[in-house]
Amino acid sequence: MAAYLVKRLLVGLVTLLAASIVVFSVLEIVPGDPAQLMLGMNATPEAVAALREQLGLDLPLIWRYLSWLGGFFVLDFGRSYTYSVPVSELIAERIVVSLPLAIISLILSTAIAIPVGLFAAARRGKAADAVSMGLSQFGVAVPNFWFALILIYVFAVWLRMVPAGGFPGWSAGLWPALKALILPAIALALPQAAILARVTRQALLEVLGEDYIRTARAKGMPWRYVLWRHALRNAMIPVLTILGLQFAFLLAGTIIIENVFYLPGLGRLIFQAITQRDLIVVEGVVMLLVVAVIVVNLLVDLSYALVDPRLRSRR
Amino acid sequence: MSDQLSITQDSFGSILARAFRSRSFVIGFILTAIVALMAGISFFWTPYDVTKLIVSDRMQPPSAAHWFGTDHFGRDNFSMIMVGARNSIAVALVAVGIGMGLGVPLGCWAAACGGWIDETLMRFNDLVFAFPALLSAVMITAIFGPGAINAIIAIGIFNIPVFARVARGGALSIWPREFILAARASGKGPMLITIEHVLPNIANLLLVQGTIQFALGILAEAGLSYVGLGAQPPMPSWGRMLFDAQTRMVVAPYLALFPGFAIVLTVLGLNLLGDGLSDTLDPKLRRQR
Repeated sequence: MAAYLVKRLLVGLVTLLAASIVVFSVLEIVPGDPAQLMLGMNATPEAVAALREQLGLDLPLIWRYLSWLGGFFVLDFGRSYTYSVPVSELIAERIVVSLPLAIISLILSTAIAIPVGLFAAARRGKAADAVSMGLSQFGVAVPNFWFALILIYVFAVWLRMVPAGGFPGWSAGLWPALKALILPAIALALPQAAILARVTRQALLEVLGEDYIRTARAKGMPWRYVLWRHALRNAMIPVLTILGLQFAFLLAGTIIIENVFYLPGLGRLIFQAITQRDLIVVEGVVMLLVVAVIVVNLLVDLSYALVDPRLRSRR
Repeated sequence: MSDQLSITQDSFGSILARAFRSRSFVIGFILTAIVALMAGISFFWTPYDVTKLIVSDRMQPPSAAHWFGTDHFGRDNFSMIMVGARNSIAVALVAVGIGMGLGVPLGCWAAACGGWIDETLMRFNDLVFAFPALLSAVMITAIFGPGAINAIIAIGIFNIPVFARVARGGALSIWPREFILAARASGKGPMLITIEHVLPNIANLLLVQGTIQFALGILAEAGLSYVGLGAQPPMPSWGRMLFDAQTRMVVAPYLALFPGFAIVLTVLGLNLLGDGLSDTLDPKLRRQR
């Protein structure tokens, strides 16, 4: 197990390193000089050269990469070209919107999907199974931003229960802030829940065919107990895998959903940065999201061992 | 396992006949055909010209003259959806082509060689997987600017590891079989064996994955064009139509309704088609039902 853990960590680290090279070099080939951009077209060449030196842009490529990479370990992502504040400050301001949004929708989607999958698998072939799987098939096909528009129309425009967009900030109090995140979280969660419910059902159906399920039933264990205790636990591995993948999807999904709801999160930040050619901000946010995806997938891999004790000794 | 082999010997006609007995396949086929037909017809004819702006006709609710109403420029929504279908299909199809064209050879290569080549290729896969499709699309747009071509590249890149993984997994299950051993004994190299024996046996898997990625591509394209990174106006796209509809939703909710339905029905159709295909092509799954 320890050897496996170390190998997995190493692979994660190498992936991260490779990803950082990709991000850095991709944005390095973008045309345009940040110093020129910051000073405007009328700036004198001397002023531009001075700023380039100040920003460290005149240093060799490899040196700039290393100092950029080194900065990550002390949470220093450089200074924004347009706002002249540390990128980490911009990210800190925005992450308090995006991260809660992603977490709430992950919880929502799990809370909906697992009971639905369990319910459908337990009533396999019956009307309830057909209806819930039909609905989930529909849910998979719904683009989350369109679903978001419908939610806005119904709950914000028509019923006036929640705001149609914007974010008051956590300083406005927990409830007003949560209220602004409810619709975006539902819009993100439901299509994901549809996928997760289908995976849960499929995984459960496979487990329910196993001998130990028959044994448990034969010795008179209540059906409900068999389902929750034996079947669900053994069906967790595919479910966890999809959950890990979904986290990446949710993070990326926030990029679009934040635009629908005008939420000042990382997604909006990255779009603003792109339109303003503030590449160092783009680099910072992209790397942060990539780190999140890699770490979550690592955690998912490690959690297999928690769920399935057999894997602990095998590896 | 042996009946999987017999499948490839079935005639195309008999597979099709069996597929049409599956309800999801039939519904999926009809939905997909409708969308494909709309896109096809739009090349020759649309009810109205989508490039002509008729300001006097703007924001008309659905009527006999304009089935789905008109937008803020007086363009006919039904015509726009027809042309938008063309755009969605083209982007998603080419992206699947990129994914299959590069991913399948890579996956087969990894499976055939094993060892460090396999390991390296799979780590590359992990690397691409670490960039959610949308994120890589955003980065690509940051460099090359928005547009349909860049949307295709972004979605296509994400498809490569998906197909590589499916092809590798499928190929790995074929390689230990007796007929491969027979082929090796007769002196065939890994390349020839892959083409003659492995590929035909994993074609089912790839076809099913293809429909899934096609559907995902449609969703991704819609998302990208919604945030302005996909097809640029005046080229109509479903995502762009939804973006335009958002600010006018209070006065004209129908504007947001129809492009959304178009996306949902297309994706639903492709997913059902994939389900029906995998039921038909995979006898192991069929027996389970």
